[in-house]
This record gives sequence, C-alpha cells and structure tokens, in this order.
Amino acid sequence: MNEQAPHTPAGFAIAPALPDIIPPLRERRGVRGFVWRHPTLSIGLALLVIMLLIAIFAPWLGTTDPTALAPAKRTREPSAEFWFGSDAYGRDVYSRVLFGARISLLVGFSVAILASLSGLLIGLVSGYVRKLDGVVMRCMDGVMSVPPILLAIALMALTRASVENVIMAITIAEFPRVARLVRGVVLSLREQPFVEAAIASGTSTPRIILAHILPNTVAPLSVQATYICGSAMIIESILSFIGAGTPPIIPSWGNIMADGRTLWQVKPYIIFFPAIFLSVTVLAVNLLGDGLRDALDPRMVKRL
Amino acid sequence: MLGYIVRRVLATIPVMAFVALFVFSLLYIAPGDPAVVIAGDQASIEDIERIRTGLGLDRPFLVRFAEWTMQVARGDLGKSMFTNLPVTELIGQRLEPTLSLMVVTLILAVIVAVPIGVIAAWRAGSWLDRGFMAFAVAGFSVPVFVVGYVLAYVFALELDWLPVQGYTPISRGLWPWFENLILPAVALGFVYIALIARITRATMLEVLSQDYVRTARAKGLGENAILFLHALKNAAVPIVTVIGIGVALLIGGAVVTESVFAIPGLGRLTIDAIVRRDYPVIQGIVLMFSFVYVLVNLAVDLVYTLLDPRIRY
Repeated sequence: MNEQAPHTPAGFAIAPALPDIIPPLRERRGVRGFVWRHPTLSIGLALLVIMLLIAIFAPWLGTTDPTALAPAKRTREPSAEFWFGSDAYGRDVYSRVLFGARISLLVGFSVAILASLSGLLIGLVSGYVRKLDGVVMRCMDGVMSVPPILLAIALMALTRASVENVIMAITIAEFPRVARLVRGVVLSLREQPFVEAAIASGTSTPRIILAHILPNTVAPLSVQATYICGSAMIIESILSFIGAGTPPIIPSWGNIMADGRTLWQVKPYIIFFPAIFLSVTVLAVNLLGDGLRDALDPRMVKRL
Repeated sequence: MLGYIVRRVLATIPVMAFVALFVFSLLYIAPGDPAVVIAGDQASIEDIERIRTGLGLDRPFLVRFAEWTMQVARGDLGKSMFTNLPVTELIGQRLEPTLSLMVVTLILAVIVAVPIGVIAAWRAGSWLDRGFMAFAVAGFSVPVFVVGYVLAYVFALELDWLPVQGYTPISRGLWPWFENLILPAVALGFVYIALIARITRATMLEVLSQDYVRTARAKGLGENAILFLHALKNAAVPIVTVIGIGVALLIGGAVVTESVFAIPGLGRLTIDAIVRRDYPVIQGIVLMFSFVYVLVNLAVDLVYTLLDPRIRY
C-alpha cells in the first residue's frame, strides 16, 4: 500500500489507501440472515411453532389419556409416571397440559382471524362511507366501554359453555378495536395523493378499496391480530379459570388451573405447569407481534 | 373551556345509552322465563300468563327498555333472582374491597411505572432499558391470576412475609387493610405497570428529542429537572390517556384477582352470579363497571385541558 506510485511529481505523495475500518455491507441471506435481522420475530415464531407442534402431536407426546381418571393415584408429585404430577382426580397433568395447547391455540387463532375480518369490514365501511361513520363508531365506543373481560363473562353467562361460544364471546369483545384501527388507517389513506389520483382518474370505489386501501391496512392489521391472539388466549384462560369458559371436561390450560385452585397451597405444580405453558405461548405471540411491528414499520424501531 | 367540558360530557350520553341498551338486551335474551320461575311448579298456563302481564313482560322491547332506563336512573337495578335482595344493596356490600384493591393498584402502578418509563427513555438502548422493556413484554404475557399465585406462593407461603389470602376492612386499621392488599395489588398491577411504562417510554423518547430539551440542557438545567419538569409534563397527555384506558384491565383483572386472594368483593359476586345464572346481578355489575369506565375516561379527557393548554375543542 505504501509503495511510491510511478510518475509522481516531486514534492507530491499519494495518500495511502484508507484502511477497511468498516467491513463492506454484506447482506446475510437465508434463514440465518432473517434471524439476524429480526431476532424478536424469530424467537416468537420459533416458540409458537414449537407450541403448534405440541398441540398437533399431543396424542403421541402424552403419556396417557388426558381425561383418564385414576382415583388411587390422586395428587401425586411430579415423578417418572406423572411428569407434571397428577391432579385431584388422578389425571396426568403432563398429558392434560399438552392437550391444553390445542384449546389455547384454537381460541387464539380463531379470535384473531374472526376479529380481524369483522373489524376490517366494519372499519372499511365506516372509514369510507361517511354517512355511517358516526353511528358505527358510537356503537363501537359503546362496546369498547364495557371492559373486555367483563363483556366476555357476561356473554358467556348467556350461553352454554362451549369452545365455539368462548371464541364468539372474545371476538365480540375484541373486534371494535380492530374496526377503530382500520377506520383510522382508511381515513388517513383517503387523503393520500395516490388515492386522490385514483379518484381523479375515475377508478370505481370498490376498486379503490380493494386495490389501494386494503393492501395498506394489511401491515397494521396483522400486528394488531397477533396482539388480539395473545389477549384472546389470556381471556380464555381467565374465563375457564373462573368457571365461565371452556366446558370443564375439556383439558384447557384455564381448566387445569381451575382444577388445581383448591389445592394450590399444597400442590402448586398443578397450577404452575399450565401457567408456564400459557405464559410462554402468549409471550411467543407478543414477541411475534413486536417483531412484525418493527419489521413492517422501520420508523417504529427503537420507539415502543 | 366551559364549552369543551359541556360538549365532552354530552358526548358520553350516546355511549352510555348504547351500553345501557346492550346490558338490557343481555337480560332480555337471557335464557329462562322469569314468569315461569316466579309462578312455580304447580302453576297453570293461565297463571304464568297472568304473572307475565302483571310484571309487564309481555310488552314490547323498547317500552320495557324505556321503563328499565327510568328505573336505573332512579338507582334501582332490580332484584337478585337468587337472594331476592336489591342488586344495588348486593353491590354496595361488596364495593369496599374491590374499590380498595383498584385504587391501591392504580396508585402503585403509576408510582412504579412512570419512573420506569422515564428512566428507560433517558437511558434508551442501555441494559437497564432492555431489562425494563423485557419486563414489560413479560407483563403482557403472564395472566393476572398466574402472577397472583406466584406472588402468594413466594411471599406468603415460602417467606411468610404477608398474608396469603383474605381482606381486612379499612375500619379495622390502615396497616391490616394495606397488608392484605399488597400482593393482590402487585399481581393486578403487573399488566397495568407494563402498559403505562411502555407508553411513558415511547412518549418520553419523542419529547426528549425536542429542541426545548436541548435548550434546557444547554442552559445547564439538571437532568432531574429536565426529565420530570420539562419532558414528563409534555409527555403527560398520552400517559394519562393510557392510565384511563387501562382501568378496563383493572376492572377485568379485579374479578380474577379477588378469586385468587379470596377477597369478598364484586369479583366474587360476579363469579357467584355466573354460577347461579343470576342475570339481574350480572347485568347490574356490568352496567356499573361500564359506567365507571366511561366516567374515568371522561375525567381523563377533562384532565387534558389542565395538562395541555393547547387543547381547546
């Protein structure tokens, strides 16, 4: 680097080449690159996939039938036979916890999808059809002014306990928030030059909504959907825990904890194992949501 | 100023009307015919019909809704189907523990969460900040009753520092009352703290990048004065908003927390009412909590005008 370049006039020296202080930007590709760029999203996704696999393969991973009663083997401490112990009826907590993943994920995903779709529809209509906006949004305000858990409890008190009713109740409690979000996005998009240009060039209203508005709601909507998924899983467990949710016969995490409630001071493991699974699953979903938010909106990084 | 307050108060009327309509429909579509229940097993169809007419149950929905609204406006929420006691009396008996729990939690959460958020924003990117924010994510992910059980197990059963369960009325002394509320309040406040800390951090980050903060630093103002007098004051509106919105979390969470810590409050009343399908009680509780929530957020909106003189609608 320091050798004298030829044909240099006397008195002049060529500056030495700059050393490579900053290594050249090398974009990492493939799975490793993705994990490197989006650590939160990847951790959340990985944990969620593990939980999904547990839910799918619960019958093979479990040691016994989760509803099998064994009165002679009640409230055993965790051991080789009962990995997570057994509950007051001698049921295997480990197998029950594995099957519980099915209910939580089913409720979480169903509510996220149903609430997003219904909220999207109402939000689009409210944001685009100005005449309906006032009435629709006052109704949404009304639903939102009942605290969600209380609303779900009240709705569950009306119907019989079933997984479908739990999903419906939580969806009703959650969808106004989506409607509000979508309406806000639509209102700001309407003012954007590209939408005005579309209107000016005579694009039909349905086409504007489908081609210009809808694609721009996907990013905020998917972030919101993950948070709703996590919130739905927590509400399901709360409903089941207080006896207003999934039928007690179905092993959901809330139900397992409800079964362990009377014994928790002496046999805390009945509550703690489902609690850990539930918390990890909700954490996974929330991390996924945070990761998605950062990935979809780069301006938001380092903010929230 | 006065105009804004009046308009804002009037704006809550349609919302409250919708809540009332919703809660009334709840009882209206509830399964089971009250007339059949009151008439008893031996009643003939004519008897049931007579009772139904006597109670006015055969009249149209809107007529009954109007009458029920008048009834609620007079402070009458009907009678429990199970104990036959007025719902307002049942709620009144259980109000103190729930109110104590919620107020203590609210104060505790604000005292803890706001400084956490401010410090996290001040030292953004540091390990302290990351630690706080990791805690906030965890706070959103662990259900309130799980936090309750863990706290009760560690601090009451293992360490024996605090009572495991129960409630002592405030009339029996301030410390016994408070002692019983510490664990439930921390458990209930967990999510709330996470929520407030997160929004405080986000707003403070924005405010700290403003020119007037740089000016304050340049003129040699101390960090404490900058953070808490200049920046926090300007970040107050979103923080107060979230404190108001988060009251919904407190209300929902209180029901569950009371069940974990055996506190004889409105949560227990709710759970008993659900088990017995005591619809008038459920209706009364939902209505009361929703009105409280609407009023809290109304108060928040009015506080805006004090915090930010620019807000004049």
